[in-house]
Amino acid sequence: MPIGLSGKALGFTVAGEADIESDRLGAVGAASDILLSAAGVAKSYSGVPALFDGRIKLRRGSVHALCGGNGAGKSTFLNILVGLQQADAGTVLCKGRAVHYASPAEAFADGVAIITQELSPVLDMTVAENVHLGREPRRASWFVDRQRMISATRSLFERLRMDVDPKARMRSLSVGQIQLVEIAKAIDREGEILIMDEPTSAIGERETDILFEAIRSLQKHGVGIIYVSHRIGDIFSIADSYTVFRDGRFVETGAVANIDRPRLISLIVGRSLSDHEKRPVTPRGEVMLAAKGFCRGHAFRDINIDVARGEIVGLYGLLGSGRSEFVNALYGSEPKDSGEVFVEGRRVDIRTPADALRCGMAIVTEDRKETGLVLTSSVRTNISIATIRRFSRFGAIDGRREVAAVDRQIAHFAIKASSREVPVMRLSGGNQQKVVFARCVETAPRILICDEPTRGIDEGAKRDVYAFLASFAAAGNAVLLISSEVMEILANADRIIVFRRGRIAGEVRASTATQQALVHLAG
Amino acid sequence: MSTPDASVEARTPRFAARARWRAVGRFISGYGIVLSLIIMVVFLSFASESFLSVINLMNILRQVSINGIMAMGMTFVILTAGIDLSIGSTLAIAGVVTGGLVVGDHPQSPVLATLAGVLIGVLFGSINGALIARCRVPPFVATLGMMSMARGATLLYSGGRPTPELSANFLFLGQGFLLGIPFPVIVFAAVFLFSWIVLRFTVYGRWVYAVGGNPRSAKTSGVNTNAVVFSVYVVMGALAGLAGPILAARTTTALPQAGLGYELDAIAAVVIGGTSLTGGVGSVANTLIGTLIIGVMNNGLDLMGVSSYYQQIVKGAIIVLAVLIDQSRQKNP
Repeated sequence: MPIGLSGKALGFTVAGEADIESDRLGAVGAASDILLSAAGVAKSYSGVPALFDGRIKLRRGSVHALCGGNGAGKSTFLNILVGLQQADAGTVLCKGRAVHYASPAEAFADGVAIITQELSPVLDMTVAENVHLGREPRRASWFVDRQRMISATRSLFERLRMDVDPKARMRSLSVGQIQLVEIAKAIDREGEILIMDEPTSAIGERETDILFEAIRSLQKHGVGIIYVSHRIGDIFSIADSYTVFRDGRFVETGAVANIDRPRLISLIVGRSLSDHEKRPVTPRGEVMLAAKGFCRGHAFRDINIDVARGEIVGLYGLLGSGRSEFVNALYGSEPKDSGEVFVEGRRVDIRTPADALRCGMAIVTEDRKETGLVLTSSVRTNISIATIRRFSRFGAIDGRREVAAVDRQIAHFAIKASSREVPVMRLSGGNQQKVVFARCVETAPRILICDEPTRGIDEGAKRDVYAFLASFAAAGNAVLLISSEVMEILANADRIIVFRRGRIAGEVRASTATQQALVHLAG
Repeated sequence: MSTPDASVEARTPRFAARARWRAVGRFISGYGIVLSLIIMVVFLSFASESFLSVINLMNILRQVSINGIMAMGMTFVILTAGIDLSIGSTLAIAGVVTGGLVVGDHPQSPVLATLAGVLIGVLFGSINGALIARCRVPPFVATLGMMSMARGATLLYSGGRPTPELSANFLFLGQGFLLGIPFPVIVFAAVFLFSWIVLRFTVYGRWVYAVGGNPRSAKTSGVNTNAVVFSVYVVMGALAGLAGPILAARTTTALPQAGLGYELDAIAAVVIGGTSLTGGVGSVANTLIGTLIIGVMNNGLDLMGVSSYYQQIVKGAIIVLAVLIDQSRQKNP
């Protein structure tokens, strides 16, 4: 428990306008402990609101967990706090002074630092060089003082109880170690306010322990930390206060000591799904796809999954839990150490995506821009690329047959594009995703893998995707649906398999499962 | 930022006006290259009496045909976001090998000798392709190495000496006329037509664009991306191997120093045509225009008596300008 906090401050409070007002007026006493406070922060992206009312009150020496599901507005809020984006409305006070950071550099100068999910280490430089990037210790004002740089890094690591060689190349470290070094780097810059966005998503148990040790030492030095994590377990082991956002709005704040796990989860997930929103229960048909004994290093281990005809099986898990890595290995786009695949009881050998396509599998990948679409090519090319051989004779494309098939898919998915010849990069996110689906369907698959199929698309397009999945399964096909949105997976799957740290943590029936149960299993 | 569909934009006049300007911008970036060529031709027809004559136009076409043939191959390579720096050397070794077969008292048939040159090109292209697709050597490095190795092999094979007095019927390849058209121009036209059809109407062509646009997406769609990458260097090598004998026949001598810097001219033609160096966007039709722009410019400056030193400066400026246009197009699609 941090020192210097009054009993009232630790008690259950809901941050109100009045409190914020008094901070601005420079109230003395408990308020001087407040490093950062924000209220009424709002932000819209081209008319679509992402955040209505973001609030937080961070005290000196506190680890404050910011909780919320996907789309709760956490990322937008953090981006505003560190100057990556500008708020449309609301106030942010840093140490009692109203601030509007125009860039992360300004926020940094004020002692506000962020460790984001996507790290940017220079892999071919040494650990010490990375830690001191941009503020290298110098000798004779021109030369880098390498000795001092290494010894400073070594003492920093000793202080944080990290066992990493400052002279090692960044490239030779594990992902977890890289993450720790990046965290140490941010700590070394001696910010007063440190924001950590999902710091444990890519690291193992051991590194998590070291990280928590480092956080506690920072806490003792009076640093305020905003800690964002989907891992409920993490929150209870490291944070002392919490704030929950849901659907872009502040919900509640208080001390972690005064809340229990089930209540925090129910605050995060909000309403529960009513029965009529779930998929009707259907008898399970014969097994269509079976994956047995899938392993790859630390990414995933002992994964056994089967999907029946007409069934939608959900794969739920946090970022880095191994679910996406598993399906990519299943589809042949990533390697595996071991694992067998059976399609309709027959063993098949899948080494490349081409093999998977031949076996009647198709995948909607996690990131349509990175792996899904050829953005510079036309809607037509993107829809027909996987099946173009069907429309050709001796390698020459029969344009009329191709266009007929493409137009059929455009109509089927109601893809809005001014013409089939426009590059897909000019389409909206929802329509781009429909193009990915159209390409998959054109291959006439019997097994469809969808990895986060509704990420970043609007509500209408989402409903179209759900309707398509239901009808696709109803036609006797099998679906693997991966999602990190609890509501989505509960509403659209028959069974849900939960991944945690590369293993299957459990399996639930969607008809009887609760959101709490899923979040609990995953975290 | 994704653009909402046109019907929404058209609702307000402000949006409609903006959409119209954007359409104009798109037209200019799409056809600007053709417009520039037309403007150059019109300007030169007034600036120089001799420019717009059949003889001069044929002359331009003959001058660009060697670079044009190689630029067609380079378009395949650059569409996959690759580059090939070795083609000048490949051209030289193909020329020397072919030249060696058509001299002396018992010269080989010109067709067979030329075919040998093409096969030499295929061989060197295959080595490039294997290094890049299989061993993951960056294209720039692999072909830079090959540029030096192939040149060395050329000098070794020829002993550093030119091969003069090539057989008379072989010289037809570079100097002959068919229906009043120079034979190299006919070869160039055939290569262009073939490349255009392949890239536009075949499955293979689709794969080339997809691999250049997004290799991971192409792979997910079942495309054998390694094979496609390998193949474009083979195509490039074959065309450089074809250009070598033509150049030798045109100059009546197979020179081991032939083709120095030709790779840069081919890249220039592709880039001026607007094919993106990041892959996936462009066409051989664009490259054809790019080739003609370089040819017309050189010819025009010659006719106006401008020093060839200036020609290099102008060519360089055009290359940079073309890439600047490409950059701004990528920023506002």
